[in-house]
Amino acid sequence: MMRLSRLLVATCSLFLAGAGAGRADDVTSFTLDNGMQVVVIEDHRAPVVVHMVWYRVGSADEPPGKSGLAHFTEHLMFKGTDSFPEGAFSDLVEANGGSDNAFTSYDYTGYHQRVAADRLALMMEMEADRMTGLTLGEAEVLTERDVILEERNQRTENSPGALFTEQRNAVQYVNHPYGIPVIGWRAEMEGLTRADALEFYRRHYAPNNAILVVAGDVTPDDVRALADTYYGPIAPSDAVTPRARPQEPPQRAERRLTLADARVAQPYLVRSYLAPERDPGDQKTAAALVYLAELLGGEGATSLLGQKLMFEEPTALYTAAWYSGTSLDDTTFGMIVVPSPEVPLQEAEARMDAVIAEFMETGVDLALFESLKMQLRASNIYEKDSVAGLAQKYGQALAVGLTVEDVQAWPDVLQAVTPDDVMDAARMVFDRRASVTGWLVREETQ
Amino acid sequence: MIRIISALCLMLAALPARAAVDIQEVTSPGGINAWLVESHEIPFVALEIRFQGGAGLDAPGKRGAINLMTGLLEEGAGDMDARAFATARDGLAARISFDVHNDALSVSAQFLTENRDQGVELLHLALTEPRFDDDAVERVRGQVLGGIRARQKDPDDIASDRFNALAFGDHPYGSDVNGTLDGVAALTRDDLIAAKDRVMARDRLFVSAVGDITAEELGALLDRLFDGLPETGAPMPGRADFALTGGIDVVPYDTPQSVVVFGHTGIPRDDPDFFAAYVLNSVLGGGGFSSRLMEEVREKRGLTYGIATYLYNLDHADMVLGKVASANNRVAEAIEVIRAEWARAATEGITEDELDTIKTYLTGSYPLRFDGNGPIANIMVGMQMEGLGLDYIATRNDKVNAVTLDDVRRVAARLLDADALHFVVVGQPEGLPGN
Repeated sequence: MMRLSRLLVATCSLFLAGAGAGRADDVTSFTLDNGMQVVVIEDHRAPVVVHMVWYRVGSADEPPGKSGLAHFTEHLMFKGTDSFPEGAFSDLVEANGGSDNAFTSYDYTGYHQRVAADRLALMMEMEADRMTGLTLGEAEVLTERDVILEERNQRTENSPGALFTEQRNAVQYVNHPYGIPVIGWRAEMEGLTRADALEFYRRHYAPNNAILVVAGDVTPDDVRALADTYYGPIAPSDAVTPRARPQEPPQRAERRLTLADARVAQPYLVRSYLAPERDPGDQKTAAALVYLAELLGGEGATSLLGQKLMFEEPTALYTAAWYSGTSLDDTTFGMIVVPSPEVPLQEAEARMDAVIAEFMETGVDLALFESLKMQLRASNIYEKDSVAGLAQKYGQALAVGLTVEDVQAWPDVLQAVTPDDVMDAARMVFDRRASVTGWLVREETQ
Repeated sequence: MIRIISALCLMLAALPARAAVDIQEVTSPGGINAWLVESHEIPFVALEIRFQGGAGLDAPGKRGAINLMTGLLEEGAGDMDARAFATARDGLAARISFDVHNDALSVSAQFLTENRDQGVELLHLALTEPRFDDDAVERVRGQVLGGIRARQKDPDDIASDRFNALAFGDHPYGSDVNGTLDGVAALTRDDLIAAKDRVMARDRLFVSAVGDITAEELGALLDRLFDGLPETGAPMPGRADFALTGGIDVVPYDTPQSVVVFGHTGIPRDDPDFFAAYVLNSVLGGGGFSSRLMEEVREKRGLTYGIATYLYNLDHADMVLGKVASANNRVAEAIEVIRAEWARAATEGITEDELDTIKTYLTGSYPLRFDGNGPIANIMVGMQMEGLGLDYIATRNDKVNAVTLDDVRRVAARLLDADALHFVVVGQPEGLPGN
């Protein structure tokens, strides 16, 4: 079903930020006169190209009361322009043997096509055209609103785990819009209008708010010429202003929540803490947190949570930790424990806390630390196999304000992390007063 | 509209890209066959290994044994327990994963060139000397049981499981590979050892390799990797008869959106009309955003977020399957539209325009699949299992292009039958007959 979906991305992956490979990446970047940033990633192994345009606008940039608008706008971008009306965009991509899709997250909205390298010009022509040429009919907007409501049904309403995540985020962020789901709150989605979408579109869709990433069997010179031809003529917009969102205040009291749902098969608990994200020129703490997540909850058989809760005294079916550092504002560090059926959540939580406490006492397992370093280095090699993955990595980083230099420095920053850095980061993050603990439990029906 | 037409002319003039995949057929000194694509740009190799039969080879009364066994292959081997094995693997940054479905057990491995030999030694141990330690068995058993409990509460899984049970009954295809709570609880270590020997044998082995390795190196690797595996395994299960007839089954479940799995019998992969059927399905429900069903159910009516249909070819059964999800009060309309489109395609086939467009899409998109070591290795092992020749990649687009409007009409009349469509609906659907 995924391949048929306009994707809505919930960014959460340990190695998501991955690691670039510096000079070996064959990456070129430049900026068009109208402010549009361009990144070209060369990979000539197959005659394929990935063409992506990222806008520096996401759900966290929506006006109050209009949750879901960024994602709704993304859907409506496929409706048409005067030049390519009524769904012609996807039809033309497919008629050229390509595939296309789009995604919305808190910090960005992206549109991408994967086609034979010799069809790049047409992709640029169409993508440039809909940057400012969108036309919307009232009826098609209403029908598409039904589609996003069904998307919410499918992703969220039908899944107690997704509802739990939504509630946890709302508790995690009391002031920052990361507390509002990307798909939107249902009641607000039902009220979104054509006028809302067009206003949002005109405000945010402009070359000086966009990043072009082209990856595959192309040369920087060819991409520059094509980009100048198709994107170059679009005037920059004065409406684009630096993003300044309400920030999260210091958290001074522990927060807890319990969601009960009859559809829960497997109760589990999640603990999360606010954590700093990767910042331009300052990625050291984020890099240390990548290790912290792996040390505590990476591979089940070797991570601390896995060893203690799944091996030494088996009380959990599954444990993990996550840190997703590629965001514009404060992100989260979190852990999940799925206890064995006979183990109450209270006990599982106590054991998890004991593991954290022990870790703060004993510090980093040096052998595991070296192994993680090796794996991060190897990921630079493996990731080159997927040009789409590389395009995603650069696009995402640039969309949250990092630079090409930051992306290329990231592997070295990761390699430079020391066990002391990890403990410093752990001391900063693990403040129980600044934590959110959620339990997902089964609601017993009569 | 004028610009569209000019753009279309432009693309039709351009020939689709050719997949430049140079496959070597390698036979190891020990007699193991593999397909290889050498690609020395990135210093790693991707291996895809399949043992045909998969969980379909579960012994009677032991459903779930092969799945549990598969989950234990990475939980200790040789003189290493689970933690030692994981530590060794991660220290090499080797990537090894095991999976199983009803037709095959799959092993995917990626090794860095710098320590490939050590990676191969590890994988060899996992394939030939898994320990099935008691604590590991209980740990993985607990995870599998957790997965089974989750399936019982997940509307998508409930729908698939019900559809398969109704369609295939006692054949392995009629039940989930995980098995049942009671069945998995009763499995013993001996069952796991027996399960391994049923499926992991050399007479059902398929291998592909892509990346930084030569044919000679691969030959030596193959002999080492599979040294010690038994020659023969259990006989393949027989043909699975599709027992479902047209109708609607509702599985009451308290959730806001109904999930629907639907389908009827299909067409074999080696049928002369298979490509015509493939073209037909691509237009009807398989071709992305432009399919008829996406247009009618999503774009025009907003009844769903996504709908897709597939030619679902298993080793011992062929189906046309589809999936859709729609709010409880709208799902009846979605089913009505699907039936109507099914009937329309069965009687009218597709149009000349649709045929031309889908051919351009299918032939143009095919070369784009070959864009990395991992994807190419996957495609090649799949080709071997389907019995396709080395020349398939070069001739596949010709087969698509050879399909005529009459071919599609003929196969549509034979294949699609709106009255035979069976729908399994999980949710609280409103306005459905028999509800």
